[in-house]
Amino acid sequence: MLKSKTSRWLAGPYLLWMAIFTVVPLVIVVWYAMTNTAGQFTLDNLTQIGRYSSVFARSLILAAISTVVCLVMAFPVGYFLSRLRANKQHIMLMLIMLPMWMNFLLRTYAWMTLLEKNGLINKFFGLFGLGPFNMINTSGAVVLGMVYNYLPFMILPIYTAMTKIDDSIVEAAQDLGCNVWQILFRVLVPLTGPGIATGITQVFVPAVSTFIISRMLGGGSNLLIGDLIELQFLGNSYNLNLGSAMSLVLMVIVLLCMSFTSSFDESEMEGVM
Amino acid sequence: MKMNENLIVSLKDIVVDFDGQKVLDGLSLDIHDKEFVTFLGPSGCGKTTTLRVIAGFVTPKSGNVFFDGKDIANMPPYKRPVNTVFQKYALFPHLNVFENVAFGLRLKKMAEDEIRPKVLEMLETVGLKGFERRSIHQLSGGQQQRVAIARSLVNQPRVLLLDEPLGALDLKLRKEMQLELKRLQREMNITFVYVTHDQEEALTMSDTVVVMSGGKIQQIGSPQDIYNEPKNAFVARFIGDSNIVDGVMLRDFYVNFGGHDFTCVDRGFKPNEPVQVVIRPEDVQIVPPSVGMLTGLVREVIFKGVHFEMHVDVEGYEWIIHSTQASQPGELIGMNIGPDEIHIMKRSEV
Repeated sequence: MLKSKTSRWLAGPYLLWMAIFTVVPLVIVVWYAMTNTAGQFTLDNLTQIGRYSSVFARSLILAAISTVVCLVMAFPVGYFLSRLRANKQHIMLMLIMLPMWMNFLLRTYAWMTLLEKNGLINKFFGLFGLGPFNMINTSGAVVLGMVYNYLPFMILPIYTAMTKIDDSIVEAAQDLGCNVWQILFRVLVPLTGPGIATGITQVFVPAVSTFIISRMLGGGSNLLIGDLIELQFLGNSYNLNLGSAMSLVLMVIVLLCMSFTSSFDESEMEGVM
Repeated sequence: MKMNENLIVSLKDIVVDFDGQKVLDGLSLDIHDKEFVTFLGPSGCGKTTTLRVIAGFVTPKSGNVFFDGKDIANMPPYKRPVNTVFQKYALFPHLNVFENVAFGLRLKKMAEDEIRPKVLEMLETVGLKGFERRSIHQLSGGQQQRVAIARSLVNQPRVLLLDEPLGALDLKLRKEMQLELKRLQREMNITFVYVTHDQEEALTMSDTVVVMSGGKIQQIGSPQDIYNEPKNAFVARFIGDSNIVDGVMLRDFYVNFGGHDFTCVDRGFKPNEPVQVVIRPEDVQIVPPSVGMLTGLVREVIFKGVHFEMHVDVEGYEWIIHSTQASQPGELIGMNIGPDEIHIMKRSEV
């Protein structure tokens, strides 16, 4: 072990990095959010956001739905994975992470071609005389894109928490009279609490702030916060001050979400170790 | 010892195989009500699997499990009137001591004001009064084991299954817990089925010992029977130290081994039938060589606390003798064996 005085310097490069590329930009964002184009202090930017509350609501709802869908799918598969033999676990984990090795844009673009009016899925249904269904440019397509892209981030932490649960704990629960649902809610869910919390954060945070997925799969009618912010910086409605204010509000939302899940994290963590 | 004659658990021709390997091979066994039964054997003998068949965690490939005369082979574990104390305790880490013990009662939807006194009483019985608010990881191994026992017993199972519950404890604590488990079994007046590989533990606690090897029962009997009258060489070797030598049963009550004719108490063998003779190390008397029935050369003397363990060469067989008096290595000694101390077994392949 290095002495703490020496080891303190080891964090130096990162602290410098963070100061330049995180703290300073953050201060700039706050500055822009609190000023108008003339550089004078104002709260107008923040109060204007109220006009976009439907976009904020849609972002939160779609991200929440995606998070729940991910959770419902990831929990059973996490348990299943953790009970496999070690070598099989590794293969399965590789398969789960496989889509993540592909470029994010490419993956989402692939869904466009699948979901289109003349896409593969509608062509398939057409063989049976069904459709064409209107799938692209719906909020369902946006949720699909979110789930598809972020599901592994839910599976991995839940799987990790599951591996710490000994088989005999599950057997003890059965032995004491638990049926399948009671095992799930009285033992597995509480014991994987930290994993679930991590998974929720890892899915909800990127989902609530995404703009690529909604733009490619949601069309114009499914604008999310991310799109709105992008429009202020790079788009037609160029307004750095409003964009900064929106970013700030989004950050607060994300922080609230994370503090909620991490409080859950700490209270349960003790039990699992 | 008075034994209740009512059967509570009956296993009939149980076959279990894992990946094509037979773990239990046509095992049949009766367990009486209010009995302390121990499955004893080396690891891999099938003792834990037998316990798990009773608990319902292992479904046998064929055979029947009867509980109170009813076949429960297809009943899931959570419906069985038995509870298990697991080797690794398997306490719920997210619940405190009280909630761990109350777990089964809550599942039965018992009223809160009924649960509380029951849990507290059970914690007192296992010597953990005042521990109810502790979290599990604040407890020592021994205390965790007590919680696990309380968590099972509070449900008032007809049969308590214990899977090597003392394996992780140190020797002193283990001995304490052995006596305590015996006391609990008498107090609760229920059947205990106990799994261990420790023969001393089995002899200390049990009414009945089931010695197992290779997925089969080698012998069932009281601790005294198992120790004094082992049925075969496996049982004799597994239960304590023993000298097993080849001999010939000359006729009833006479056996020849080590080049000497001994009187014994066994009969019913064919004249001149080859047999195996079991003599416990403590049953050999050391006498001057001139008056000994056998003579042997002392090879090694090891101090064991209560006694000396001596390795003695007798006509090419190495004998183990326990004696409170030490001979010297290289010394020639005489050995006498009384008729009661000689146990004759049929020759077996084990």
